[in-house]
Amino acid sequence: MKRKSVSYAKWGYIFLAPFFIVYIIFSLYPLIQTFYNSFLSYVVDRGSIFQSTKIEFGGLSNYASCFSKDETLFQSFLNTIIMWILGFIPQIAVSLLLATWFTDLRLKIKAQGFFKTVIYLPNVIMASAVAFMFQAMLARTGALYGLFHAANDTTILNTVWGTRGTVAFINFLLWYGNTTILLMAAIMGIDPGLYEAAQIDGATPSQTFWKITMPLIRPILSFVLVTSMIGGLQMYDVPALLTKDTGNPIGKAYTLIMEIQQRKDSDVGKASAVCVLIFIISAVLGLFTMFFLDDTREKKKKRRKA
Amino acid sequence: MTGSTEIVGTKSGKTSLLIRRIIAYVVLIALVIISLLPFYLLLINATRERRQVGIQWYPGPELKSNWSKLFSGSTAVAYGNVFKALMNSLIISAGASVLCVYFSALTAYATHVYQFKLRKFADTFILLVMMVPTQASAIGFYRLMISWKLTDSFIPLIIPAIAAPSTYYFMKQYMASSLPLEIVEAARIDGCGEFRTFNTIVAPILKPAFAVQMIFTFVGNWNNFFMPRLIISDKAKYTIPLVLSAMNHAGPQEQDLGIFYLYMVLAILPVVIVYLLLSKYIIRGIALGSVKG
Repeated sequence: MKRKSVSYAKWGYIFLAPFFIVYIIFSLYPLIQTFYNSFLSYVVDRGSIFQSTKIEFGGLSNYASCFSKDETLFQSFLNTIIMWILGFIPQIAVSLLLATWFTDLRLKIKAQGFFKTVIYLPNVIMASAVAFMFQAMLARTGALYGLFHAANDTTILNTVWGTRGTVAFINFLLWYGNTTILLMAAIMGIDPGLYEAAQIDGATPSQTFWKITMPLIRPILSFVLVTSMIGGLQMYDVPALLTKDTGNPIGKAYTLIMEIQQRKDSDVGKASAVCVLIFIISAVLGLFTMFFLDDTREKKKKRRKA
Repeated sequence: MTGSTEIVGTKSGKTSLLIRRIIAYVVLIALVIISLLPFYLLLINATRERRQVGIQWYPGPELKSNWSKLFSGSTAVAYGNVFKALMNSLIISAGASVLCVYFSALTAYATHVYQFKLRKFADTFILLVMMVPTQASAIGFYRLMISWKLTDSFIPLIIPAIAAPSTYYFMKQYMASSLPLEIVEAARIDGCGEFRTFNTIVAPILKPAFAVQMIFTFVGNWNNFFMPRLIISDKAKYTIPLVLSAMNHAGPQEQDLGIFYLYMVLAILPVVIVYLLLSKYIIRGIALGSVKG
């Protein structure tokens, strides 16, 4: 009797099916729809008795308005970038410092578990609650008004840079613990022999940091940078609750996602164009890191071969 | 270790080490204060009165009345039923995290164990779409849900969790390190069906990965503001962040800071408690899930 060898290939497809069905229905198809919508103009027809929306093919006009001066869209894009940078610089600086200290064998920081738990804590807390909390505390009668208020006896949330700074600070608070832990894992992956050798050669801590740590954690740094940028583009909860959906003062804290939410019914074309731009930027950034990481991995392989 | 450092450690080296250590602790303690102070003030303010002026360091007497006011009918009319919102958030987060973890593991299992033509393609595809934010398809998603009459429903908030590329990636890595293929083969020889093998033999091995990823997905959905805001407009279907947003919009006349703060505490507390209990595993999970290469 001849036995057929059993092929399990069909089970692979069966187990993959739920993921791909759901992905196609809830992500891929909507993405294509978003692309399609971004080329349509939604013109509100006020002439008839029932107000109706006429849909026309608008070509690239929605994209043009993303970059025109008459629209708030480009300003919102700038706002998003500015607030992201303001938060990211302290975030990466503090995280690098903490990660270096935590992994420094000579410094031997005690109670690391406690510190790590506390600095990561803000990350699990609801961003909208944190933003609402700061909004209430920085208000005229709020708990923090005495410490932080603008010069002319008004809240800092009435000033452009006060609002942007608060958004950036909250983003910093939510994310620096996460970045610290990622960087720590990267630093602990470095061969400890390198640090011992540097120590024997009399290298100062700052030399060790710039000459050993920094070059060797570059892939993780670029990963952190890119994921944070993509996250920054999606900035929504914090500015929305901090400014009660207004993005004020004078729209200088309005972000791209706030534009999408505001225009989801009234201005579908432009909202879709914003979505597509977010997609393109994220895709470029994502591919960039992928190639960058692959590149460093190949270099390592080559070195091993040599 | 001690021998080699003593040779290098001169006297000036030792004082500079001491100075560095002092600076490190001062900075760390400052960061601890910055990270915890807002939440301490939040707790205190939840026990204070309707109109609050200035900072206060000790709990006030109003916790009980804030509590009963928060769950009263008039609050529900103004901002949505706060208890229902807690339940809605719980249903969505629990549903989404269970589906997400189970199906991500199933998907990872498919590309980990089986040999088939599209295996490499599937794996690369999922890794590629990992970087695409959900916001990028938001408008198409929203229009689609309108035409399917699924706005004000929890389905668009729960079902998409089945396709979670980053959870897939985590599961895949976990399987590579701790799921030997021999176990699967042994189960096959014993006559165990493929589906049953996954549910009764593989799933228990993946328990630690399930736990970490469930927490992350749960927290992500619990805290999510963007998607519920996009999909839900009916007050009865509000989740916690939507109620917070409604409270945020309250005018100065109806504003009652005591109950606002108390509700923020309720929104945050469950997550914080779970986090503090499991922080060791969670912190380990962050580094495991995201570090590539």
